[in-house]
Amino acid sequence: MPADENRPDLTDLDEGAPHEGHGGSHPATAPGPGPRALAAREVLRDVPRVPGAPKPDPVLVADGVVRRFGGLTAVDVQHVEFQRGAITALIGPNGAGKTTFFNLLTGFDRPDEGSWTFEGRSLARVPAHRVARRGMVRTFQLTKALSRLTVIENMRLGATGQVGERLLSAMFRRVWRGQEDSNTRRADELLRRFKLDAKREDFAGSLSGGQRKLLEMARALMTEPRLVMLDEPMAGVNPALTQSLLGHVKDLREQGMTVVFVEHDMDMVRDISDWVVVMAQGTVVAEGPPDAVMADPAVIDAYLGGHHDAPLTEEDEAEQIAAAEAELERERDQEVGR
Amino acid sequence: MDWSSILGNTARAAIGLETVIYALAAIGLNVQFGYAGLLNFGQAAFVAVGAYGIAVTVTVLGLPFWLGVVVGLVAAVLLAVLLGIPTLRLRADYLAIATIAAAEIVRLTVRSATLRDQTGGSSGLSGFAEGFYDLNPFTPGQSYGFGPWVFGARLAWILVVGWVLVAVCCLVVFLLMRSPWGRVLKGIREDEDAVRSLGKNVYAYKMQALVIGGVIGALAGFVFGVGRASVQPDLYGTELTFFVYTVLLLGGAARVLGPVVGAAIFWVALVLIENVLVQAVGAGYVPDWLMSSTQVGQVRFMLVGLALMLLMIFRPQGIFGDRRELAIDAR
Ligand SMILES: Nc1ncnc2c1ncn2[C@@H]1O[C@H](COP(=O)(O)OP(=O)(O)OP(=O)(O)O)[C@@H](O)[C@H]1O
Ligand SMILES: [Mg+2]
Repeated sequence: MPADENRPDLTDLDEGAPHEGHGGSHPATAPGPGPRALAAREVLRDVPRVPGAPKPDPVLVADGVVRRFGGLTAVDVQHVEFQRGAITALIGPNGAGKTTFFNLLTGFDRPDEGSWTFEGRSLARVPAHRVARRGMVRTFQLTKALSRLTVIENMRLGATGQVGERLLSAMFRRVWRGQEDSNTRRADELLRRFKLDAKREDFAGSLSGGQRKLLEMARALMTEPRLVMLDEPMAGVNPALTQSLLGHVKDLREQGMTVVFVEHDMDMVRDISDWVVVMAQGTVVAEGPPDAVMADPAVIDAYLGGHHDAPLTEEDEAEQIAAAEAELERERDQEVGR
Repeated sequence: MDWSSILGNTARAAIGLETVIYALAAIGLNVQFGYAGLLNFGQAAFVAVGAYGIAVTVTVLGLPFWLGVVVGLVAAVLLAVLLGIPTLRLRADYLAIATIAAAEIVRLTVRSATLRDQTGGSSGLSGFAEGFYDLNPFTPGQSYGFGPWVFGARLAWILVVGWVLVAVCCLVVFLLMRSPWGRVLKGIREDEDAVRSLGKNVYAYKMQALVIGGVIGALAGFVFGVGRASVQPDLYGTELTFFVYTVLLLGGAARVLGPVVGAAIFWVALVLIENVLVQAVGAGYVPDWLMSSTQVGQVRFMLVGLALMLLMIFRPQGIFGDRRELAIDAR
């Protein structure tokens, strides 16, 4: 492929996005990689960088998962494994099928074909609430705050195994009060961490978009999950808060949780993920450690076929235009050839 | 115009039989619609099932009246489950359509000629309430109460039982809705996928809400049937359901006492307007070409409708509603 030389690396592509405080300038929330982060990277070092690569200790394994919407095949994942205790980013251009794949894995949608296991047990045809109870919780790209419940009630709702949620014991406060109090303490602790404690008594519907994202994530953590699936957790959250949110996500890993998240911001992906899986047009096209993946021509192809961030410097722009033109040329040639 | 009679009738309406019936039916609907967000447009069917449960058990089967109450309640549970199984997994509007149809099916079935021996056809059944009035602790022929609220022994008895039922139902709703169970229900009303993602079995909760609301609706039917000492199928039509919605929205949905206050206001308004119109027409204050005394029945509903429209414009959250919540809806 002759165009390869001028093709930018994805890393260059989003040099454009100015993220103050990136790199080492946020020691307050991210005091260097923790022991689990190092362990996760160490373990993943020897994993082959090919789509569907087997992992040493996979917690979630999907096989031949296909979802069609009429004529459109939104998801067609041959094989993919997610390493336990690691932060895995799922990236890909708009419409790549990331959200649909999340929906399938968490029981919110049914695949046309395929099977997948979580901690070794099959999750095919398991309803969404059972998936959550097994320890795999997800958040939504379009945030789902429960508007006419207060922030603290949203949080309490997240706790699992509540005696007071059973109809017969619900009427007797004595039975559930103790549990409610301890859930509330845990909720308050999380709210503090997510800087929502000032909003405790407000209706969730009165929060801003970014605050709702935070609330949704905090609420999901109330379920005490072992695997957290976040669909664009940072979208709409301001840069300062993003830093602390990144810190929280890293904390999850330090606490032994597995995190799979969808994100479009490459800086963020590079910052926190141990492994990156790239989807395009429903399939996994590449996977590997962040830096390797972002330099992968297949990934750049996938992105340039879709959209990419606006460049900042003129050199960057010129470089990208050249790359895009080369791309177009190649596509035209292919079309003619067909 | 006889204002003392107008005001007396109006005052009695505030705690009268209709108020009890509509309050109970609306408390049930509040559990379903107000808290869980279930669009049950067939509350009339649950009321009918409660009323006919007693009527058929006593008159046709010759069994004691308390057994009729049990039959009515069990039938309400069955109806709720039957309606819920196919529709609660679907989008909210399917339940609305299914319930509206089910209510008509129930009404048309009990009024069908084929079942005349069992349900009395279009004229209904009567003579099943004596078992209830045999238990009356009040002495027949005497009247009870104070001020304008003086009732005969029979009416006093059913009103006491009715208001005790209202109080118990309100207490149950209060206890349930301050509990984590009630929180799940309110969560489902807001966004059931979010609640599902937190590990709650949304389907089971919706079913429980539908059943509880239906059973409370059947209690309304019990007061309705026994209070009139008869059941007639056409009293359980779709307009009953719509009035129950009116009552609920008037008082404020998702408030424990909303349905009770709503029912009282609804019937006070209706009785006041009717009495004033009847007297005004009788005294010749209203010209004949505008309204005759036989048209008062319709006109009062028009005026109540107008009053409701004004209320919804100026106080859309109902009497007890919270404006803060409403502001959120508008986003
Ligand atoms: N319910 C649906 N009905 C029909 N088509 C759908 C449906 N949901 C998703 N699709 C299609 O499936 C494809 C994948 O969509 P999906 O939402 O999974 O993309 P995504 O990778 O999450 O994109 P984004 O980054 O924009 O969120 C898209 O082409 C979309 O149009
Ligand atoms: Mg998406």
